[in-house]
Amino acid sequence: MKTAKTMVLMPVLLLAGLMGVWKLQHTLDQQRAALSEDRDYVLLSSPKLIKAVSLEYAPLMADFYWTRVVQFYGNKHVRGDANLQQLWPLLDITTTLDPNLIVAYRFGAIFLSQRAPGGAGRPDLAVRLIQRGIKANPDYWRLYEDLGFIYYMDLKDYTKASEAFLEGSKNPKALIWMKVMAAKVAAEGESYETSVFLWNDVYTNTTDPQIKENAKAHLQLIRAQEDCRQLDLLGGEYEKRFGHRPKGVSEFVDAGMLRGIPADPLGYPYTFGENGKAALNPNSPLLEKQEFFERFQ
Amino acid sequence: MRRAGVVALNTFREAVRDRVLYNLLFFALVMMAASIIAGQISIGIEETVIVTLGLSAISLIGLLIAVFIGVGLVSKEMDKRTLYAVLAKPVRRWEFLVGKFAGLVLTLAVNVSAMGIGLFLAMIYVKPALERGDATVLTAVYFIWLKLALVVALALLFSCFTTPLLAILFTAGIYIVGLYVQELRNMPMQVMSRGMTLFTKWLSYLLPNFENFNIMAMAAHSRQVPGTLVAQNTLYAAIYCAVVLAAAVLVFSRRNLK
Amino acid sequence: MTATAIETENLTKEYPHGFLSLKKRKSLEGLNMQVETGEIFGFIGPNGAGKTTAIKLLMRLIFPTAGTARILGKPISDIDMHRDVGYLPEQPYFYDYLTAAELLDYFARIHDLPAAERKPRVEKMLKRVGLETAGKIQLRKYSKGMLQRAGMAQAILHDPKVVVLDEPMSGLDPVGRREVRDIILELKREGKTVMFSTHILSDAEMLCDRVGVIVGGKLRGVGAPEELVGVKPQAMEILFELAGQSSPTLLAKATRTGDRFRLQVPEAELYGTIDQLRAAGAKILSVAQVRATLEEFFMHLVEADRAQAAAVEVSGK
Repeated sequence: MKTAKTMVLMPVLLLAGLMGVWKLQHTLDQQRAALSEDRDYVLLSSPKLIKAVSLEYAPLMADFYWTRVVQFYGNKHVRGDANLQQLWPLLDITTTLDPNLIVAYRFGAIFLSQRAPGGAGRPDLAVRLIQRGIKANPDYWRLYEDLGFIYYMDLKDYTKASEAFLEGSKNPKALIWMKVMAAKVAAEGESYETSVFLWNDVYTNTTDPQIKENAKAHLQLIRAQEDCRQLDLLGGEYEKRFGHRPKGVSEFVDAGMLRGIPADPLGYPYTFGENGKAALNPNSPLLEKQEFFERFQ
Repeated sequence: MRRAGVVALNTFREAVRDRVLYNLLFFALVMMAASIIAGQISIGIEETVIVTLGLSAISLIGLLIAVFIGVGLVSKEMDKRTLYAVLAKPVRRWEFLVGKFAGLVLTLAVNVSAMGIGLFLAMIYVKPALERGDATVLTAVYFIWLKLALVVALALLFSCFTTPLLAILFTAGIYIVGLYVQELRNMPMQVMSRGMTLFTKWLSYLLPNFENFNIMAMAAHSRQVPGTLVAQNTLYAAIYCAVVLAAAVLVFSRRNLK
Repeated sequence: MTATAIETENLTKEYPHGFLSLKKRKSLEGLNMQVETGEIFGFIGPNGAGKTTAIKLLMRLIFPTAGTARILGKPISDIDMHRDVGYLPEQPYFYDYLTAAELLDYFARIHDLPAAERKPRVEKMLKRVGLETAGKIQLRKYSKGMLQRAGMAQAILHDPKVVVLDEPMSGLDPVGRREVRDIILELKREGKTVMFSTHILSDAEMLCDRVGVIVGGKLRGVGAPEELVGVKPQAMEILFELAGQSSPTLLAKATRTGDRFRLQVPEAELYGTIDQLRAAGAKILSVAQVRATLEEFFMHLVEADRAQAAAVEVSGK
């Protein structure tokens, strides 16, 4: 018989139960978060095995694994975790499941080749990935472009870069600049025009906003680098004329050597560092990016 | 032969009235919606994931229907004894069997087409413009239907001489084996004796090769399929189905009904 | 028109039995039977005697181990002959997702009935078995009696010459059974041959021109019911009322219910006994023949068969 006592007790017990569950769930969440690193590891196994188990759904599984790569990369990136070793196995599996998933090769290579904390810092693996992609999709000439890019930008191996561009240019669908690029890189190695061109190509052709931002930043930094080089040359001229190096860029204007204050692409005027070399303005956001990319020493 | 058509239409009517099918159809449509969302949480696979997820859903659901209802075609009739009244009529046993087969294959055609159209609509929604290669999705759906017809034939054959549960297991088993039959041909020669090699090679040609019908990767990446492949697969399915059905008729004709 | 509608010759069915299916169990042995055209033939026997086996053999649902059978002069393997045969299976079950009208229409198509004729025929059949109001309801909602009637309808839908019914009365209430009986008699009037199996002997006695008794897979006797049990009535039974005193010797053999008595006497002694009773002041209510029933004949056979089976087991054959 339900007495008044029961009627009060029941809801109280229910409430207590729910609160207990709530608390418990929080504990569980914390526990699982701590385990999450291991969790990723456990899921990775032999690519061939996964392909076998996928029956006929391999392309679908490839999509799942690729999404994991994206989430994984985005997540770790945001958390600042430098351990990006899991990236390669995941990409390995994805491309084994669906060798024709172009996006996995192209973006995967970017994730792999970029230096930490932006990427795994393994351009050698990126090369391996792209080569696998080329083998499975010999008709997709842009993979050669990616290969050339990695050799040029990250590995600084201009011979191999040139070879890649040349190989890609043989495809009748390839754009004409591939051939030009092959020749130029073979002749000059790294150059301002080449770098600008390549980064501009990435900027115009990519659909991913993050990559676009990245390319834009690179373009700006290359511009700045070139500007600084020019300013250094100008500084040498100034020294010849006035006997000492300028302390600020405004002196160029005063001397009538430049018509306006030279500024970086974001509008911050250049400065001269202690060593007398032109450099970015300390206030410029580009400085941050430069340090981030660590490419421009 | 006309009587087979009568049986076929009746089988079709049974399937349509079996409400389970509508749930499956609904599920398939939900899959399509899910795939559109799936593209949002990844990079660069908005278009491919719709095709892969959609085709996978169609294939899986189609398989479930083909295996479970396929086995039930004859088993259910034998269990429930609805068969007795029918076979005492001037219907030949083979007419009955062929009619059942045709009815389910027709049902599958309708279902698979409906899901295929759903998939195509989802693709149109996501892609800015369609190219020639996108027609491959339709071909992929057609191939799935061919494959399902063969599965139905097999399910029918097994259900004629074993219990429903075993028939389901055998059919599912042969399907999975059939996906990897191609690998048998690539077995390492050095490991096995010459006789074994010949035997496995032989087997790999005789067993139903379901991998023939799998063009999911091509459909996902909008690659065109040559017309000859379509013709060849159609022929393969037709001939193999005929063989299996003939075997089923043979078994069924001499079967004592409990 | 052949005189014999159905005939079997040494029809035998063995089933593999026991461990590794080595032994054989004979569910029907050497059936030799003829059913004349236009008669109602009853196939009676206890459950498991082989009645359904025999019918399934005739309908080509199972295949004989030995022997042959003919219906309407044609071998049972002749599929076209089934056009003229109607069959109602035991405890029928039909596609429950169809309505009765649809079921009959389906069967009508299988029978190659022309389109124009189908609809009126279906309606006529439904009416005949009393299902005209339930025609549009799905069979899954039917009661047992209604299913039986639907089964009857599909058996006679195509106006067959021979109708074979397996336990047509099973599961029916008295009203249903009466209806089935009426239909069977109607069919006979239409000149059709009807063969049905049953284990309800009173139905067989009432309806059949001839019966065949099957016990233990063998045919034990064929003939008109009266012939089988012996024609002559054994005795006469007097039903009378007697209040109060009377001759005890007379009443000793009578069974009493209140003031009523039943007394059986040999035919020869009938009139003598009646005089005695009248003298004692009894009121005679009825005088009737006591006939040996089919049931007694039947039980006698079953006992004999059981005894024989036991003997066979004991002797280890």
